Amino acid sequence: MDSLINAALSVWQLIPVALQTVLVILAQIFAIIIPLMLSVAYYTYAERKVIGRMQVRVGPNRVGPFGLLQPIADGVKLFFKEIVVPVKANPILFYLAPVMTIAPAMAAWAVVPFQEGVVVADINLGLLYVLAITSMGVYGVIVAGWASNSRYAFLGAMRSAAQIISYEIAMGFALISVLLAAGSINLTEIVLAQQGSALHWFALPLLPIFVIYFISAVAETNRAPFDVAEGESEIVAGFHVEYSGMTFAVFFLAEYANMILICTLTSLMFLGGWLSPFEGIPVLEGLFDWVPGFIWLFGKILLIAFLFLWFRATFPRYRYDQIMRLGWKVFIPITIVWLVLVGAAVVAELPWWFD
Amino acid sequence: MSAAVKYLRSLLMLELLAGLALTLKHFFKPNITVQFPEEQTPMSNRFRGLHALRRYANGEERCIACKLCEAVCPALAITIDSEERDDGTRRATRYDIDLSKCIYCGFCEEVCPVDSIVMTRHINYHAEERSELLFDKAKLLAHGDALE
Repeated sequence: MDSLINAALSVWQLIPVALQTVLVILAQIFAIIIPLMLSVAYYTYAERKVIGRMQVRVGPNRVGPFGLLQPIADGVKLFFKEIVVPVKANPILFYLAPVMTIAPAMAAWAVVPFQEGVVVADINLGLLYVLAITSMGVYGVIVAGWASNSRYAFLGAMRSAAQIISYEIAMGFALISVLLAAGSINLTEIVLAQQGSALHWFALPLLPIFVIYFISAVAETNRAPFDVAEGESEIVAGFHVEYSGMTFAVFFLAEYANMILICTLTSLMFLGGWLSPFEGIPVLEGLFDWVPGFIWLFGKILLIAFLFLWFRATFPRYRYDQIMRLGWKVFIPITIVWLVLVGAAVVAELPWWFD
Repeated sequence: MSAAVKYLRSLLMLELLAGLALTLKHFFKPNITVQFPEEQTPMSNRFRGLHALRRYANGEERCIACKLCEAVCPALAITIDSEERDDGTRRATRYDIDLSKCIYCGFCEEVCPVDSIVMTRHINYHAEERSELLFDKAKLLAHGDALE
């Protein structure tokens, strides 16, 4: 066994240093993308099951035990379907759009810490990077709507663009409150600033911001009840009407990858990330000491992910002008007011959270 | 309700939370789905399903081609031709039911003097072409034999 490891090590040292770096980066990419794609596949399954349960149905249960192979079957089906490019579409942009949508959804994961030190790129401007990269996703939607050369797709793209830009502002203000409270813009440090107990998590002092951030995030990811970009009953499928087969699947993957990313960010910024919820409670803290941090993080992600599905099963789609009113006249004023309050609390070194 | 109270109520999203509570309640309810091939929905004893032609215990077919069913059928789904057989009795040479016309009212069963045409509780049948829905005498007798 030892000789095997030594042999592997000597082979590794034979590789030039530049190539070593590339290999390490590739390994890191795969270590994030593969579990992410699997989670996306099973998130779609969970969505169908949860919505089914809420409508007192059973959901998919025919492919494999409990329907567990359903997402695989769906993937295989989409993979072998024909990709139809409309005659009047712009083929280059038409193929580029899904890539432009999924690339930011995956790139943003580079700065997400799964545990202290377990992060691909521990950059100082983590939060800013996330905000910048996720905002790029809207270009994919706009380009898709434009390149399809279809009225429905174009309407969907316009709606999506206006909505995402509006909610980006509320989201930005929410993030500023968080970084003000944490005193840092690095995601690892934001989590560490919440150390102490479950009561120290930013969800409590920033409760309205937490709610607004989450609702804006639902709007950002074009999920129900803010899914006017798709609006099946109004504009067929919105920006991706003309997409079929794998190109459609890529949009689908990007939407769900974005949702999981938002769930992760919410857990990191408001729910203490990988910190144990039993921290600071005398007996329970020791009892759950052995649980690795990322398990807590996954638990929190699952909780938030369930909320997305719960929302979709509950709320009817917002009317377009109501979405705009909510974003501009409700969320932005509240976030600004709370930003000032948080600033005052930080300056006053309010005990418990900001001391 | 004053405007201020209304504003606070909408800000606290009380109605939205009530909606969430409702869906969560349904989440834990037992589901009402009937898993079709394995389970069947309950069926009335007098359910009117696919037709069948019956025989007497000695194997003689009951139908005497009186054409009462043909006459009573409101959808004109039944067509009967008759002929005198060698032993002097009148028998149907053709007994067709067009299931794409039939409305399953059960009048044929009711009017039959010899209880020949009956409606069974069999419902799981399908056709891939319209012609398969045209049931002739042999098919109807075979269905009756299978169930008797």
